[in-house]
Amino acid sequence: MNQVDQTIKVGIADMNVVKSPQTIRTSGLGSCVGVIIYDEYLNVAGLVHIMLPDSSHAKSGNLNHAKYADTGIAELIKLVMIKGGRANFLKAKIAGGAQMFPFLSNSDLMRIGPRNVDAVKLELEKYRIDLVASDVGGNQGRTIEFNPSTASLTIRTVNQGIKII
Amino acid sequence: MSFFNNITSNHIDILKEIGNIGAGHSATALSTLLNKKIDMKVPVVRVVSFDEMMELVGGPDHVVASVFLRIEGDAPGSMFFVLSLKQASRFIQYLTGEKNESYEDLVSSDLGLSALQELGNILSGTYLSSLSDFTNLNLYPTVPALSIDMVGAILGYGLLELSQVSDYAIIIDAAINEVDQQNHDCVNGQFFLLPDPDSFEKLFRALGVNEDESS
Repeated sequence: MNQVDQTIKVGIADMNVVKSPQTIRTSGLGSCVGVIIYDEYLNVAGLVHIMLPDSSHAKSGNLNHAKYADTGIAELIKLVMIKGGRANFLKAKIAGGAQMFPFLSNSDLMRIGPRNVDAVKLELEKYRIDLVASDVGGNQGRTIEFNPSTASLTIRTVNQGIKII
Repeated sequence: MSFFNNITSNHIDILKEIGNIGAGHSATALSTLLNKKIDMKVPVVRVVSFDEMMELVGGPDHVVASVFLRIEGDAPGSMFFVLSLKQASRFIQYLTGEKNESYEDLVSSDLGLSALQELGNILSGTYLSSLSDFTNLNLYPTVPALSIDMVGAILGYGLLELSQVSDYAIIIDAAINEVDQQNHDCVNGQFFLLPDPDSFEKLFRALGVNEDESS
């Protein structure tokens, strides 16, 4: 396969890895958290679109690792390393975890945004991955795109335009 | 979830009927509210992956206005009333009499947003109470929340319960629209009802069908 200048899209509860000049994006992050793990010097980056904080409540037989923070991050690290990333050089950027509907926050499940963010941070710490930048919380959706060659994460929102971290 | 494996056409028909009754009553309510003829499309029941669900409303990036409420009581679930921005500003024009609401004004006008939220409240409340009467189940709506944002960010909330047990969602998709001869910009909106996983059995039982009749 030719590596052309293109953007790889990652769906909900999904993950993928790219190498520059490819970029990687995921759309419509609400309470979900987009986690990017990258090796800055080798221009390798992976993205996982996490929906839920932990897989221990999962009831279905075959687990989708990308759905949960605890399984998703471990799996993403593996994928990034297969693509050439080096364990000691991995860094992370995260975005998402919004509270879209603030006054429904009485239910635990509706507070999922902040819980997802906490779970992701915990996992990153566990694997000693430096969290370089984050744009989390708030009450709006985000579309994010990561460019491995510049290690920049572009975040687009409906009301606040574009932001790069 | 075993349920997805033994869903029959009988089940699908029941879910369609739920959409039919709910959206039918909502169409009547909307018609009374706006004093216009309102029609509805035959509801569609879809079993979709999460990504496919986003595509139904224009993709996860697409910006829509949506009223979201949780259903509490015997058969919990999530409900969305989704409008395109163009439709949303049209509704606001109808409701407030304001003629110059552009999309930009729409996002910033308190009166407009309040009118839209109330519209969503009335329509989804009607949907739900007719469903409640029909099934004899106690169903209570939470206070609805209005959000103008990306589809992915909004609909994601309706998937939270489901996502713990499944990678697929069953949605009851019902649309209502204004009956208008020439005008292509007539009002229309889409209802999405997403019962929580455990609610299907209760809905089916309330309507006299066994969940696992096929096995």
